[in-house]
Amino acid sequence: MSPTRSPRDILVRIRGLKFYRGSRAIFDGVDIDIPRGGVTAIMGPSGTGKTTLLKLIGGQLTPDAGTIEVDGLNVHALSTRELYGLRMRMGMLFQSGALLTDLSVFENVAYPLREHTRLSQSMIRKMVLIKLEAVGLRGAHGLMPSQLSGGMARRVALARAIALDPMMIMYDEPFAGQDPISMGVLIQLVRRLNDAARISSVVVSHDVAEASQIADLIYVISDGRVIESGAPQQLREHGGEWTQQFMLGLPDGPVPFHYPAPDLATDLFGEPA
Amino acid sequence: MSKLRQLEILVGAFMATGFVALFFLAMNVSNLGAVHSGDSYKVLARFDNIGGLKVKSPVTMAGVEVGRVVDIYYDAQDFRAVAVLGIYSQFDQIPDDTFAKILTAGLLGEQYVGLDPGGSEQVLKDGGEIALTQSALVLEEVIGQFIFGKAQEGAQ
Amino acid sequence: MEWLAALGRAGLSFSARLGRANLLLVAMLRGLPELLRRPRLLIEQLFAVGVLTVLIIAVSGIFVGMVLGLQGYHILSRFGAEATLGVMVAASLVRELGPVVTALLFAGRAGSAMSAEIGLMKATEQLSGLEMMAVNPEHRVLTPRLIAGIISMPLLAALFSMLGVYGGWFVGVGLLGVDDGTYWAQMQSQIDWSEDVVNGVVKSFVFGIVCTWIAIFQGYDCVPTSEGVSRATTRTVVHSSLAVLGLDFVLTALMFN
Repeated sequence: MSPTRSPRDILVRIRGLKFYRGSRAIFDGVDIDIPRGGVTAIMGPSGTGKTTLLKLIGGQLTPDAGTIEVDGLNVHALSTRELYGLRMRMGMLFQSGALLTDLSVFENVAYPLREHTRLSQSMIRKMVLIKLEAVGLRGAHGLMPSQLSGGMARRVALARAIALDPMMIMYDEPFAGQDPISMGVLIQLVRRLNDAARISSVVVSHDVAEASQIADLIYVISDGRVIESGAPQQLREHGGEWTQQFMLGLPDGPVPFHYPAPDLATDLFGEPA
Repeated sequence: MSKLRQLEILVGAFMATGFVALFFLAMNVSNLGAVHSGDSYKVLARFDNIGGLKVKSPVTMAGVEVGRVVDIYYDAQDFRAVAVLGIYSQFDQIPDDTFAKILTAGLLGEQYVGLDPGGSEQVLKDGGEIALTQSALVLEEVIGQFIFGKAQEGAQ
Repeated sequence: MEWLAALGRAGLSFSARLGRANLLLVAMLRGLPELLRRPRLLIEQLFAVGVLTVLIIAVSGIFVGMVLGLQGYHILSRFGAEATLGVMVAASLVRELGPVVTALLFAGRAGSAMSAEIGLMKATEQLSGLEMMAVNPEHRVLTPRLIAGIISMPLLAALFSMLGVYGGWFVGVGLLGVDDGTYWAQMQSQIDWSEDVVNGVVKSFVFGIVCTWIAIFQGYDCVPTSEGVSRATTRTVVHSSLAVLGLDFVLTALMFN
């Protein structure tokens, strides 16, 4: 388990989280501590509700039980205005980038600045260009989202997410479907932003290799519960059976290869059903 | 010209066109254009049968509109219908022995009040009354009279 | 017994949808103060919803008016009443065809476009993105569209009626020989401002609210997949059309009894 930390070092504290969709338990009593200043990866098989977790942290969804505290504030006890204030300090990178399609790259990155600050046009322009420079797309500021490749769109979305210099960024499956070069770029960006700008990062992914490369701490989730947590190396070498199968990508183990079925001989040669 | 400017101009043109259309409907299609501005004075006329006369029906003299019917009510003392005619102020030379008839425009048209001027020296004033009136023709009575007349003829 | 349960479920789900639609309407109206501070959003939407619909409204108006002139003439001439062609064309348009046909065309053109756009924004997480940027998506994206639709509809209906009257004039007076003066004079004496024109405007105003509300709700509430968006646009057109025709009867009964 993670070493004890003082409360101030924990940016996001989740206790006893329960969330149901219909009768299915997406989260059934989950405790997570996301430390300040590092990259924390939340991993698990597809469909375990990892995106849901980010939405719960951001206050877009309300848990059925349990609490989520961000920077000491109970997210779901906040008023709308306070919640909006908190959101301005959190950046979120959606899987598809979620850029506003009718605005140019420049306008997209400038959007949060125009919304929430009273900076002059020239100040905003400078800041937008700086953010775009950080993700390497300053020259693309005049393009429209439809003209961008998937990887470029995500980088623009990242520039937008850091526009207000948030204290943390949440990444929703940032590595999904990327070519190796874009992947490399993204990995470097995540790590660089985290260290240089001291932004805490929460990465939700099922790409073990990439997430292991950048994460300081990994939580492995399955079936609505935390299976294990720890540093990537530690989990790979000393993790439980299930964790090892997941981290190493073994085809058979606690998660079986064969879907439950009757005996093969009976199926092939036995009485017809 | 910036894109926003173009947009604003087009939207402005759209709204203007819409309002022009509304204005057109008001003035050239509906009777608003013919609304008479100015004062009118009230004159009463009693009828045995009002027929299909309605409030806002026109009041004409020699075929020209000189006013509108302002109110219609039943006088329980008199057992007659009373029509209040609003005559436009500029027509203040109407003799007080004028004849008021309820007529129909065309065969199936709406009904209106037609005034036949008399020869009196006195003119109608506000609150005055037209004494000589002819009620609306009720189709069933006319047919009934006709049939009755024919029957009588036949009997003779 | 299975169908009974299914009926119950359908009823509950319908109720839920109706509830959500109403909550959305309230949320959108709450965004009015914010809209007044950002007139540009309204202007952009007036363009997308109003200006871009003008062409189909104009062309339809002219043709409907021309058909009314043609058919009207044939029927009225049997009674020797060609002189009342103007009244017939104008009354049909101002009271009924203007508001109703405009609303149907609006639902088909602007309503479906709105639903698709909003549904797509939902599917590509743009609405979610706005929320996470601490911007209220209902106020920022939906309210301008609602107000634009409500403003545009009466103006479009008036345009339709006006062009229809001219269309009827072109056919009746220009081609079929009805007297020009009679066409307009009869119309002007018979069509009442408050009873006919104003009632028509009130109708189109109501239709504007209903059609725009349905279009926005269907987009906002859709399943965020491509199939969901397509179903939402279909629903918009169908529900709007049925609502318009149904409300038309109710409003006509209330106004013209």
